[in-house]
Amino acid sequence: MNKVFLIIQREYLSRVKKKSFLILTFLVPSLFIGMMTLVVYLTANKDSDVKDFKVIDQSGIFKNQFNNTSNINFSYLNEDYEQAKKAIRKEKEDFLLYIPSDYAQTGKVEVISEKKPSISIVDDIETQMESILRNKKLIAAGIDTSVLNSSNAKVSINAKQLTDEGEKDASLGATYVVGFLAAFMIYLALFIYGAQVMRGVIEEKTSRIIEVIVSSVKPFQLMLGKILGIGAVGLTQFLLWIILSTGLSTLASSYINTDDKAKTEQGIKKDANHPDMKEINSGNKVQQFLKAADTINFPLIIGTFFFYFLGGYLLYSALFAAVGSAVDNETETQQFMLPITLPLIFTFIIGMNVIVNNPDSTLSFWMSMIPFTSPIAMMIRIPFGVPAWEIALSMALLVVGFVFTTWVASRIYRVGILMYGKKVTYKELAKWFSYKE
Amino acid sequence: MLSIRNIVKEYAKHRALDHVSMEVEQGKIFGLLGPNGAGKTSLIRIINQITGPDEGEIFFNGEKLNQSHINKIGYLPEERGLYKKMEIGEQMLYLARLKGLSRAEATKRIKFWFEKMEMQSWWNKKVEDLSKGMQQKVQFVATVLHEPELIILDEPFSGFDPVNAEIIKNEILELNQKGSTIIFSTHRMESVEQLCDHIALLNKSHKILDGSVKSIKNAYRNNTYHIGVSANFKASSSATFELINTISIEESEKLTIKLKEGFTTNDVLQELIPQTGVSYLEEVIPTINEIFIEKVKHLN
Repeated sequence: MNKVFLIIQREYLSRVKKKSFLILTFLVPSLFIGMMTLVVYLTANKDSDVKDFKVIDQSGIFKNQFNNTSNINFSYLNEDYEQAKKAIRKEKEDFLLYIPSDYAQTGKVEVISEKKPSISIVDDIETQMESILRNKKLIAAGIDTSVLNSSNAKVSINAKQLTDEGEKDASLGATYVVGFLAAFMIYLALFIYGAQVMRGVIEEKTSRIIEVIVSSVKPFQLMLGKILGIGAVGLTQFLLWIILSTGLSTLASSYINTDDKAKTEQGIKKDANHPDMKEINSGNKVQQFLKAADTINFPLIIGTFFFYFLGGYLLYSALFAAVGSAVDNETETQQFMLPITLPLIFTFIIGMNVIVNNPDSTLSFWMSMIPFTSPIAMMIRIPFGVPAWEIALSMALLVVGFVFTTWVASRIYRVGILMYGKKVTYKELAKWFSYKE
Repeated sequence: MLSIRNIVKEYAKHRALDHVSMEVEQGKIFGLLGPNGAGKTSLIRIINQITGPDEGEIFFNGEKLNQSHINKIGYLPEERGLYKKMEIGEQMLYLARLKGLSRAEATKRIKFWFEKMEMQSWWNKKVEDLSKGMQQKVQFVATVLHEPELIILDEPFSGFDPVNAEIIKNEILELNQKGSTIIFSTHRMESVEQLCDHIALLNKSHKILDGSVKSIKNAYRNNTYHIGVSANFKASSSATFELINTISIEESEKLTIKLKEGFTTNDVLQELIPQTGVSYLEEVIPTINEIFIEKVKHLN
């Protein structure tokens, strides 16, 4: 056991000491947070001044129906369109919202201004118009506003999730993104670190040090040490990423949040007399998303992430090690790589298309149970809520799975590492597997 | 110290070792000789417990070979190899610790050896920055660092220039004098002939010859002698000897003769001296190489 520890130590230190490891460790979270901050900053900043919107409504549907928000002030003009257009060119900060008389038929509206309006403002106006139009149509159909309000309330219940702590706001968007990110990171990690194991084995084989090492330790100890050592590198990398990311994002969000809160409160006060508008106006989509992200059970996700990363890694890296032992150089790995990478790619594609849309379907269930697919499939499902027994069963199966692949791989590995200059086939691998000690 | 009994090792359709037995005595230099593919490496791998035998047993100092013996063996494989990107000092430390040395003890011994082999400045160098000969030296030191009781050297002199080969040879002899048992494995039989006390010849998975170098050579002496005589002497077979061939070398003729049954070299000299000038007479002692070829021919 002492020798395995020595091997782990070497594999770990020789990789962590590399410059590329340090660069990657700091670069990824900085880039990630940098991009997030930039997006949030840009959207938040555009909204900072109140924009004056002059409305020319020739359809007569929207007159006096718009609600001022924290950053949009509506006023209504009776002027001629062409005149107003000329006038607006002089007022650099103002916008002209032109609703032609044939709006009901074409559905087209123009915003005229010197500057391009921000996406969130356009978004706000679109939402308001849709809502106004819907109200009008419903009223015209004989449904009164109280029915309307209650029907709106029902819609929002659908987006809520029942948990032990009571009702929580949930955003499917945030859930989707968190699940996607976790699954994608595991997908990448299995490839990156699995390939590192494979390359490490090939390196030992081609440099011929392998025979010296296996005269000191058993092949299985060497394989195990290598897998665990590189796994520890992966864990270190992810831990550093998470610590750095949370550190940086707390910094970034503390800046954004103080800014947002004031604005949101302002918005709510202004719209207090229009209850059905509150939700729409209480911040743009980015803020809503950030708020919803707060409600996701991060300890559970991070915990399961590490478990599935480790389990999946142990399962696949053993296979990668076996492939590395069977070949003389990296170009020969192609033929054996496909059966290993196929389940990963397959799960990822199915996950993005089926599991995300239907996390509780039979297919989703089975894919999150089978050890070859569960590390990715389960990570997509977890943010949506998975019964504890399913998680426990899936984890247990994964443990059984990696013990099994490690056993199979080690039997191929012990023969493969001492074989040179042989074009290896699957039949050959099967033969190696059945060799006695 | 090492007793190899009836080892059989089979690969897919090929028997690499067929009931091979031999004894390696404590403190001796043992030559494991044979052409490529004879089964030498297979046997060495079994001794090193890299693979296991299909049949047969090996005893190390009277105990059945087991994991505890790994640290008592030093192995220099034929295909040399080190981690290319790792620093020399670090790498030696790692290899020594894998053989069970503590970090402190390993550091001490590496420093000692570096001084001895004049490679102090190599500690922080990477293997890829060293010449091939230098790498070989590093590997040799790594093999013997843990002061193994048994040192197995597979083709130890290949890749060394004559100067370094001599240095390594002397180190090996010194280790042997300090009590290490040494197994040489090589297909270049003449290279270790003078070094070995005892040899075993392997050919096509079988041991075909085994014994002390002296006794084997004695067994294969066949009363053949070289005699130097004056130029232009027309020699022919006589009552005492049979002439095998004649070569003219500068001012003399070199005769190769075989004594006839019941005669000695004195009889030959008495016959020749009256006829010509004799400058020398020496016995032709067959080389291990010749013995091997003879033996293989005989078996076929």
